[in-house]
Amino acid sequence: MTDVRAEQFESLVRRVEEEPVDFDGLYVAREDDSYAFETPDGSHDGLSEAGLHEAAADAAPYVTNWYYWEEVVGHRGRHRRAFLRKLEAADEFSVGRRYDELRDGMHTEWGQLRITATLGDDGDRRYEVRHEADEAVDAAELDEYTDPLNARELATSDERGRYRPLKTAPTLVDGWVFPALDGRDLVETVDTFYPATVANWNLEREGELDVSHWEETIERQTGIYGVVKTWNRGEGHEHVNWVAEACCDDSQCLKRREWQYDENTELDVDGGDGAFPCREPCSVVIAASRKWTRLEGEQSRTYEFDLTPSEKEQVEAIIDAVADGRVDDIREADIYEGANRYRTRFLRAKRFDEDGNLSGTPTDAAEDGDGGEDDE
Amino acid sequence: MQALVIVAHGSHLNPDSSSPTQRHADTIRATGAFDEVKTGYWKEEPSLREVLRTVESDEVFVVPLFISEGYFTEQVIPRELRLDGWDVSEWDSDGLSADTATLTATDTGQVVHYCGPVGTHESMTDVLVRRAETVTGDPDVGEGFGFAVVGHGTERNENSAKAIEYHADRIREMDRFDEVRALYMDEEPEVDDVTDHFDSEDVVVVPLFIADGFHTQEDIPEDMGLTDDYRTGYDVPTVVDGHRIWYAGAVGTEGLMADVVLERAAEAGADVGAAVERVREQTRETPTAGD
Ligand code: SF4
Repeated sequence: MTDVRAEQFESLVRRVEEEPVDFDGLYVAREDDSYAFETPDGSHDGLSEAGLHEAAADAAPYVTNWYYWEEVVGHRGRHRRAFLRKLEAADEFSVGRRYDELRDGMHTEWGQLRITATLGDDGDRRYEVRHEADEAVDAAELDEYTDPLNARELATSDERGRYRPLKTAPTLVDGWVFPALDGRDLVETVDTFYPATVANWNLEREGELDVSHWEETIERQTGIYGVVKTWNRGEGHEHVNWVAEACCDDSQCLKRREWQYDENTELDVDGGDGAFPCREPCSVVIAASRKWTRLEGEQSRTYEFDLTPSEKEQVEAIIDAVADGRVDDIREADIYEGANRYRTRFLRAKRFDEDGNLSGTPTDAAEDGDGGEDDE
Repeated sequence: MQALVIVAHGSHLNPDSSSPTQRHADTIRATGAFDEVKTGYWKEEPSLREVLRTVESDEVFVVPLFISEGYFTEQVIPRELRLDGWDVSEWDSDGLSADTATLTATDTGQVVHYCGPVGTHESMTDVLVRRAETVTGDPDVGEGFGFAVVGHGTERNENSAKAIEYHADRIREMDRFDEVRALYMDEEPEVDDVTDHFDSEDVVVVPLFIADGFHTQEDIPEDMGLTDDYRTGYDVPTVVDGHRIWYAGAVGTEGLMADVVLERAAEAGADVGAAVERVREQTRETPTAGD
């Protein structure tokens, strides 16, 4: 049973002195020297303060719900508030239904995060965050954290200790839990794992997301990235399809790509179904595109290589394995896999000359465009 | 409500690039001087384009964690933050004197006090000296010691050498170290020949860099002859040509950097109360004289 604490009731009375309260099905107003109190379950007029207290206690979920949203969460952080409302589907469900469901926990998937909203004391909310892969794991078996900033260390490296420059890559480590955060810390935690996703999700929901498409974004670049402008040669956007397929696919990044070639030209590649939008090509994509701009300045040529049919397929299998990040999953003795290390070493032993040229065919060093680069 | 946003370069390759930035943000957050303290990056997330929308306050103090005025502070950061009407003349700077400009961020409507970089602030001199204290473990280090401030040089940015000279001059004026020199990676006087520039047996070498990375961890130690191969590490101090070289690594990793950030914001009008004194005291890693 939810109770109304004295301070919750007092705030309600104070508010009603200023103006009627009309929120999530609760209506309370001052009428001369009495009160009107209404919820979907019934209405009362001409209540004394004691009568109001009684009515409030009978409709405790409506009152504590009002208190949580209007007095605790408030309206200062507009994106934070909208996100917390989403976590209990506040715009869809009645207070009664939400309180029922919150008692068991309401779940939201946010990238690889699984957020569970529950009811604390007197209508207060508590939020748990863990990795979606740990959905069924007993919380006692997970490393427990309370400070949102701990998400920073958890998000720094993948499970093999490799640095994660793109925070929304689907490579978040599991095995941890933030068991009982308040609303502010919950949003801070989510925003540390996935920076700015809460704000961008809400801007999109409100129809205000400022998408900056490829064309516009690369026009803005200067310095060492200014060169990317030269990659658009006014003949189609196939190259940008390739960029999006390479970097923005859901297997690589959990943001839903909303940027296109330009306002009038959609890319042909699917943007994914992430919960939160991507509003412009990110710095990882721009840095990679700088490299591609140089590489794509080269012309195709015809080379002759001698390969058996199986070797040709093996080359394709190796490219697939690298592109899909499967290299480390291929077992040492699994010689059925083209990208197996022994198979690949055999291919190299057989087909490379002493200079590392496939089939002994020189690349033509004069046009080797692979110069040194800075990461800036 | 007032917020502090520290903006820095960050890296796609090296997590150590942003860790000092985060640590300084934590130090300032703990003082409670700001309602919110956030970090934003050129190469990491939240990006400079999106960091302001993660801040709820209407008034934001933005402090660039950069060494000198130049391309990043004058073009990239104001553009990416969408500071309406920005022009470098707002700072009215001679290359060292950028303080603050107040503008509106077009995408969020926030009032942004855009501050000059930490590297050119006068209190950065104290951080260099504090770094020398930390690396020698001696709060009174000075007598019998030479001090080298190391920078890139003018090749990339003329103001970067100005900042090095400025702090070297100020350390010299303290009359605390026997000799003070500004040395460079890509021009004369070069850090490679560090021992040629000092008579003192002991020399503290502090690179004026924001974070440790390729230059401070690989180039400079190898150039000075502390090691043949940075991967094998080096001792502090290492004896080179009869001099003991106390190599400090990037000054930006020193805890006192948080003080420079705070002072920048305070001079731009932030109400920081007693946070400056607190940070100065808390970030000291060596016992003060008399302890
Ligand atoms: S540009 Fe692509 S890779 Fe970068 S954040 Fe957006 S969707 Fe992800």
